[in-house]
Amino acid sequence: MIPVHWYLFLGTGLFTVGVIGVLTRRNVIVILMSIELILNAVNINLVAFSQYFHSVDGQVFAIFVITDAAAEAAVGLGLLIALFRNKETVNADEIDILKW
Amino acid sequence: MNFVLQFLDAHPLITATIKILIVFTVMAGVLMYIVYLERKVLAFMQARLGPMRVGPWGLLQAIADPIKLILKEDIIPAGADKAVFVLAPVISVAAAFTAFSAVPFTQTFIISNINIGILFIVGVSSLGIYGIILGGWASNSHYPLLGSLRSAAQLVSYEVAAGMAIVGVLLISSSLSLVDIVQRQEGLWHVGGHALPLPHWNVFVQPLAFFVYLVAIVAETNRSPFDLPEAESELTAGFHTEYSGFRFSLFFMAEYTSMILVSCVAVILFWGGWLRPFEGVAWLEFLKYTPVVVFLAAAISIFLGARNNPVDGEKLVLLAIAAGCVLLAGALAVPPVTNSIQGIFWFGAKVFVFLYAFIWYRGTFPRYRYDQLMNVGWRVMIPLGLANIIVTAAALYWLRPHPAAVVGMLGR
Amino acid sequence: MEHTTIAEVAFFALSAVAMSSAILVITRRNPVHSAICLIVTLLSVAGIFLMQHAEFLFAVQIILYVGGIMVLYLFVIMLVNLDVAAKQAQFTRQWFVAAFTAIVLTAELGYGLYRGRAAFSLAPPVTNPPAVNNTQAVAMSLYQNYMLPVEIASVMLLVAIVGAVVMAKRKFE
Repeated sequence: MIPVHWYLFLGTGLFTVGVIGVLTRRNVIVILMSIELILNAVNINLVAFSQYFHSVDGQVFAIFVITDAAAEAAVGLGLLIALFRNKETVNADEIDILKW
Repeated sequence: MNFVLQFLDAHPLITATIKILIVFTVMAGVLMYIVYLERKVLAFMQARLGPMRVGPWGLLQAIADPIKLILKEDIIPAGADKAVFVLAPVISVAAAFTAFSAVPFTQTFIISNINIGILFIVGVSSLGIYGIILGGWASNSHYPLLGSLRSAAQLVSYEVAAGMAIVGVLLISSSLSLVDIVQRQEGLWHVGGHALPLPHWNVFVQPLAFFVYLVAIVAETNRSPFDLPEAESELTAGFHTEYSGFRFSLFFMAEYTSMILVSCVAVILFWGGWLRPFEGVAWLEFLKYTPVVVFLAAAISIFLGARNNPVDGEKLVLLAIAAGCVLLAGALAVPPVTNSIQGIFWFGAKVFVFLYAFIWYRGTFPRYRYDQLMNVGWRVMIPLGLANIIVTAAALYWLRPHPAAVVGMLGR
Repeated sequence: MEHTTIAEVAFFALSAVAMSSAILVITRRNPVHSAICLIVTLLSVAGIFLMQHAEFLFAVQIILYVGGIMVLYLFVIMLVNLDVAAKQAQFTRQWFVAAFTAIVLTAELGYGLYRGRAAFSLAPPVTNPPAVNNTQAVAMSLYQNYMLPVEIASVMLLVAIVGAVVMAKRKFE
């Protein structure tokens, strides 16, 4: 039996990698992919506790998280395409029109 | 013998490995001869002879072609992303072969009997899309990229349609496990206490789902008439333009393997898997001897065809094959062997009918244009699939007794 | 001497693959390579779900996440294919501060988990062994207890579809 806190450590590790990705990369696509990493870390936590308490609620929540991730990916990539059409760049640092 | 069985039971990993080797070997053999069969059948449909030179009736062509492909020069286009270029065909082949680990070939022969069999097969076979997308992109050339994006869009669209058809079957079978789905198709249809002489197969209650699934799998495997993204006269062979030699043969293998896979799944979901047709109808018991009849008929037709062969060496080989078929028929006529061979024989026969249908479509239908293809997928197949699900669910609601939980929920 | 079970070996293997490909996702220069590494990460996470007897979620992760969302990502990456972007600087100017903050956050989380790991050794609540398989249990929970979130999720997906189409459409001037 794998103790549940091992899964939590793995979830924390993936979460950290995702957060570093969101904060340090310039390419908007990679930022969106790091957000997917964060969502997967959350899913690992949910399923770990679902197994620990022998309750299926955690897995149901994880299904909703995956559904959310799909909707967010679709809208985010649509935004990206609209942005690319206007500014010809996917570099987050170059989208600074509102800067004073 | 008992010792061997006990040893195998105690070491499930070794049993699984042996089963995997058997499936892999049989699949490789079937693959090679499916390509040969396609060329021969297409040739006869087009009033010509097909491969005739390499061996008697071109039978060794199936061995000559892979040897040629392996020995060809390995070309990687300039500017191509080497790692992804090498990885793409591997993904396609791996996805196609991995899905076979959940397919039950007979009642007892399945590599891993998982609860979510059909979901696993649908999911893993959808991983083959990455081979196409990455293969097209890694070639660093316009035609493969466009071909691969079109092909991937087509695959994704028809996957939805195939999924809807599968949901129709799942509503009836109430189980995702493929072994359960086949077991619920045992026996005959009963109407008002009388047994009709009709097998209890799902195709008779879900004809629309079967039609949608049939169209969807032809489109899923990029076969005619939906093969625009890879046809040689269109985008110069689409996503595998830049592939040659062994890598091309990997893509080729992946396409035919997924063709065999979707045929197996169609047979399991709709046509009763390994079940003998009309099992339980007393006056049709003689159908048990169909394997014997099939091999005898094969022997007779080989003999008749080999009589006039001018080359003596070929004539000898063909007569030897005919004699082998007669011996096999004799061996299969022994009652214990006949009873144990029923499962795998009927499964193989039904899958063979589907594969012949695939080849038939290629020889018969003109190619769909890309927008017509997407139109059929999204605006005809998916609504039909949805309508099938709704009608099936409504019919089940009225025909089956409701579990207490549902009644409680509806009564609130 | 404690013998490692096959479950532990599987867990360590899957975790190692997941963590290393996650790190590769955020460090690759080419977004297609990042996407491929993300696919590997998602597949190993699916394997971890399977290890925890969440078989339906394993199938959903493969079909939806790997077979749907990542295909969408790859399509967009190929449509937005910029050679210019590959030659620019990949990391922001504040990468050091950001990484440092994230690592401090992780250290805090890890320390909290480590200190409290005894709390996870309590006997889990005694429940009846599940009489139905995992898919059935998920289905019963989803369509009886969580029917409203299912409907809301379907409306949300509809909104996402309409939004994505509207935003990615070319405006006919």
